[in-house]
Amino acid sequence: MSRRSSHLVSSPEAIAVAGPSVDGEARVEIRVHRGPVDRAYRLVARLAASATLALMALIGAFLLARALPALRAAKWHFLTEQSWTPDSGRFGISAVLLGTVLIAIIALVIAVPLSIGAALFITEYAPRGLRRPITSLVDLLAAVPSLIYGLWGLFFLQPRLIKVSRWLTDHASIVPFFRTKSTNYASTTFIAGVVVALMIVPICTAVMREVFSQAPPGEKEGALALGGTRWGMVRTVVLPFGRGGIVGGSMLGLGRALGETIAVSLIISPLFVRSTHVLEGGGNSISALIALRFSESNTFGISALMAAGLVLFVMTLVVNAFASVIVSRSRSGAATEI
Amino acid sequence: MATTPTVFRLDDASDAPEARVRLRRFHPDDLTATCGAGVSAFCAVWLVYERFTPLSGGLGFWLSWYVVFLALYWLIVRGRDGRMAATDRLATVVLTTAGLGLLVPLVLIVGYTVYKGWTALRPAFFVKDLRYTGSLSKATDGGGLHAIVGTLEQVGLAVLISVPLGVTTAVFLNEVGGRLARPVRLIVDTMSAIPSIVAGLFIYAVIVLTLGQNGFAGALALAVLMLPTVTRTAEVVLRLVPGGLREASLALGASEWRTVHDVVLPTSRSGLVTAVILGVARAIGETAPLLLTIGGAFVVNANPFHGKQDALPYFVYRLIKFPQTAQVQRAWTGALVLLALVLVLFVAARIVGGRKPGSAGILRRQRRHDRRERS
Repeated sequence: MSRRSSHLVSSPEAIAVAGPSVDGEARVEIRVHRGPVDRAYRLVARLAASATLALMALIGAFLLARALPALRAAKWHFLTEQSWTPDSGRFGISAVLLGTVLIAIIALVIAVPLSIGAALFITEYAPRGLRRPITSLVDLLAAVPSLIYGLWGLFFLQPRLIKVSRWLTDHASIVPFFRTKSTNYASTTFIAGVVVALMIVPICTAVMREVFSQAPPGEKEGALALGGTRWGMVRTVVLPFGRGGIVGGSMLGLGRALGETIAVSLIISPLFVRSTHVLEGGGNSISALIALRFSESNTFGISALMAAGLVLFVMTLVVNAFASVIVSRSRSGAATEI
Repeated sequence: MATTPTVFRLDDASDAPEARVRLRRFHPDDLTATCGAGVSAFCAVWLVYERFTPLSGGLGFWLSWYVVFLALYWLIVRGRDGRMAATDRLATVVLTTAGLGLLVPLVLIVGYTVYKGWTALRPAFFVKDLRYTGSLSKATDGGGLHAIVGTLEQVGLAVLISVPLGVTTAVFLNEVGGRLARPVRLIVDTMSAIPSIVAGLFIYAVIVLTLGQNGFAGALALAVLMLPTVTRTAEVVLRLVPGGLREASLALGASEWRTVHDVVLPTSRSGLVTAVILGVARAIGETAPLLLTIGGAFVVNANPFHGKQDALPYFVYRLIKFPQTAQVQRAWTGALVLLALVLVLFVAARIVGGRKPGSAGILRRQRRHDRRERS
């Protein structure tokens, strides 16, 4: 019986207060009276949620604390220096930061059009019976470990992409990015970017598919009823409606691409020079730097790596916060009613 | 004689069963147009690409073929149905290519991993470690038992840490709410994309610098990465629980805790299992945080709290860089086992989570009852 007494009660006084004015517009006031069990339950739930918040703050705080010795030593040169030799005091992230951004840009240029196409195919074009299997397979692609993507990219894709790289240098060198000085086309930023693109396509597709599938059916049917073709309907209803999903999905993909570690560190051969020649052998990224240099660093070197990790952390945090705000604006959070 | 307006009769719409309006029917002309465009594009590209210009290479050939095919297809449909229909068809072809093209990497990745990992896959891989293997041993000697034990223990510990925390946070977000809910939701969303190496660095800074590398540190790093996946999936699942069920429970006089414990969580049980499985699938393949935290080993170490441990992804990452073919083959076998684990977990998640929440109990019975009433 003691549990019974802890249930949700609207106290009689509250109803009595509202009683005389039932036919008027006054709100019925319901006072919630929670028992000890409910209060404990709410407290535990709130604590768990606060723990998640605290964890995030702790990650930032600990990285900053461990990075401070290196940041104090390097001062502003940390942002401008290219090389990474913490023992001689010359280290900075400008080269690895540029490499990270280049890999992410290449990945997005390939992944975004592909994911928009795939998401539209799944929501609007695929036969009804094929929709679920294809969605499952795309989700499965997202669950494949990045290590396996890296191995596959290194052994299977790289020999094939080298030919593409050579062709691009020979025939498309009007674009400054495609010029090369050496004839080494292996372990490049370009190949790492392509592999990362394949890794983020399923993530982008999943977000875009979800938003596209919420396009208002009334307007879609209206567009078709006015005599529009299916592409006309997609262009005038689904795409404008799903703009938030396209931007948000791409940014989530960008966040992933910036932080991708294992695939990049397997493929790339580290080079500490600011270079935008993406087809030339050698490149780098922040996460690959940490993964490759970690085991051979002393205390100060690790502090420097922590500083690099902090930069990566802040960067992905900003990108993802923007992305999730944009996506959540284009998605309703209402509960399902019976 | 006026034609009978069969299509526009609205008054007796009820006695004829409603038929779905099919927007597009298959027409033999479509097949002719597609095949014709395909074949003629092939011929034209072969002639120009292979004979008239000094180009070569399979990829370039098929890329040019695709472009020429699109152009020809557009022209054919435009000649028959007009410009607007042609653009529509072109969009259909391009989007279908994108949708189905996405599945090509999946087939290639799974196929290549199976092909490479098959050679050294023996039952011994699951019962032996690398204690007695030297640089001249065959790939079929030794195995990955130490890595499998490490992975199971680390992922198990990570589940024990992250699932209660994640599900409780999801309950908070969906059932309790309040001012704290918005920032927590935003943080969980952003947390899901923390670079895995950063999670490793964090655990290194907190745990490893004081306690040294061990399996538990790896488990903590994996828990940090699993937490947002579990929380987000669980929250979506809880959101799908019909509000009416909650209100009915509260109206019957149950407390909030009883409502959550006896109504909301059981209704969404299958979805919550899916959330856990998806979290495990994400954690089991993570390599980067383990590089910094577990240390790696070649022998079985069953104690995750003391001494260095190995894990399957770390095993693969380390062995693949060895110069000996045998080690590389072992690495591929490890990759195959890892991929198989992920596939099994994923299929399990689909089977468990395939049912809609709430459709298991009363609702399904109600629906069956309704159907019988109607017929």
